[in-house]
Amino acid sequence: MPEQIVLGWRQYRLERRMFWRNPSAAFFNFLLPLLFLAAGGAILSGNQKDLDKLVPSIAGLSVMTTTFTALAYNIVYLRERGVLKRIRGAPLPTGSYFAGVAASAFTNTALQIAIVVLAGRSLFGIGWPPEPLSLVAWVVIGVVAFAALGVAFAHAIPNFESTAAYVNAVFLPVVFLSFFVFDSTSAPAFLKTIADALPLLPLIEGLSGAMVTGTELGEHLDGLAVIALWAAIGTYLAVRGFSWERTEGR
Amino acid sequence: MSATPAIEVGGLSKRYGEYEAVRGINIAVARGEVFGLLGPNGAGKTTTVEILEGYRTRSGGEVTVLGHDPAVRSLELRRRIGIVLQAGGIYPHITPREALTYWAGFYPHPRNVGEVLDLAGLGGQADTRTRRLSGGQLRRLDLAMALVGDPELIFLDEPTTGFDPEARRAAWETIRSLRDLGKTILLTTHYLEEAQALADRVAIVKDGRILADGPPRELGVGAAHYRVAYRGAGGELVERETDDPTTLLHELTGEALARGERLQELSVARPTLEDVYLELTSDA
Repeated sequence: MPEQIVLGWRQYRLERRMFWRNPSAAFFNFLLPLLFLAAGGAILSGNQKDLDKLVPSIAGLSVMTTTFTALAYNIVYLRERGVLKRIRGAPLPTGSYFAGVAASAFTNTALQIAIVVLAGRSLFGIGWPPEPLSLVAWVVIGVVAFAALGVAFAHAIPNFESTAAYVNAVFLPVVFLSFFVFDSTSAPAFLKTIADALPLLPLIEGLSGAMVTGTELGEHLDGLAVIALWAAIGTYLAVRGFSWERTEGR
Repeated sequence: MSATPAIEVGGLSKRYGEYEAVRGINIAVARGEVFGLLGPNGAGKTTTVEILEGYRTRSGGEVTVLGHDPAVRSLELRRRIGIVLQAGGIYPHITPREALTYWAGFYPHPRNVGEVLDLAGLGGQADTRTRRLSGGQLRRLDLAMALVGDPELIFLDEPTTGFDPEARRAAWETIRSLRDLGKTILLTTHYLEEAQALADRVAIVKDGRILADGPPRELGVGAAHYRVAYRGAGGELVERETDDPTTLLHELTGEALARGERLQELSVARPTLEDVYLELTSDA
């Protein structure tokens, strides 16, 4: 058992090193949400009610980009390039490999949330999170759900060239819909129904409770149930459909 | 070393739906032996090797690799084998030295990373990111990564495809040096001369079956037959087979020059794999 932990730790360190060496991945998975935060913050400057909505929205977006988007890209890339196949043949336990990959994604999420919290406090008039433990819990729950969904979604992407199209076809509608419903008091009922059934809006509402309004985890049981359901579906599909080998040309 | 074979395969079959990629293959590879699976693309070589490596499950038959069933994918077995895939990728932002150091950490008794870099001829590129390496250099890194764990048994799936002649010779030297260290090697190739140059024994595979197996010489593969062809004085095509093309060419060209003629369309060809198949199947 300790050996598997050592191997997982080595994989984690490799993942960190590879992440920072790839400038475009570092940009899209890391800086983009922060640019949205800066731009949104500048536009909404002085309007505290809107800033209160912006900060948890960007926190939710950060969870989704660092897990769902990043993992879908990575898995497809490594699969189509034959890296996964090579890893499959090495004496590296599958659990250690995925632990390293998941821990690296979680590190990115945690770093981004920390930056969003600091920016909220120092730039956007939002204090320290009133429910820090809930914040941690929401981030963990969000990471589990969106990471599983990202790995599962990678199975649907046939080749690396089309990854951006596939990912954005899911990512953009979910983000716009969730942001819109979260921000608007007059969203049509059917849009709200759809957004409530997707995992991002419940996550943003939970993060808002933990970071801004001071509501506890127990007040968001419906949202938690939705995210847990997505996590279960995502995990099932991620494990069931996983392919270590390139799908292109088959 | 025990006397049990490194690889034993009996009645191996593999289906993909209706398609039968492997149809009853039997192989036994002794420890320390270099065994070649020779055949054209689509013959079932890679499917067979990937079953032995633990990538694929078999549809039927018995398979033992170093005393293990590879389908179980035990860590213990994977620590004792090295794999050169036909198309294995590597992280684009890693250097060969980092990749080998990382890989070495999987194994109980790895080789020295610097030595392996030199052996693979990558000493000069040790700290270059892999995305800047040429195809040939990446292929040598594949070989280095298969060797760094100091495995007993090494699978090489078309290790020199795409190499220029010089790089191929260098790879052959490396493979011979592995045999000298007592390693067992299973090699697939569609180059006849590669199988002849390296393998102690060869199995010729086509359509998922073994057509013939044995030491390359005994198979009659390349025992004779350089084929020398030219147009005779009447324009007819003349073909002659020989073991010794130098002497024959000297004779032919000498005679032609003495007559003040030229040998039109003169060519010397080695037998192709296709010739060998024709020979084998027509004899059967």
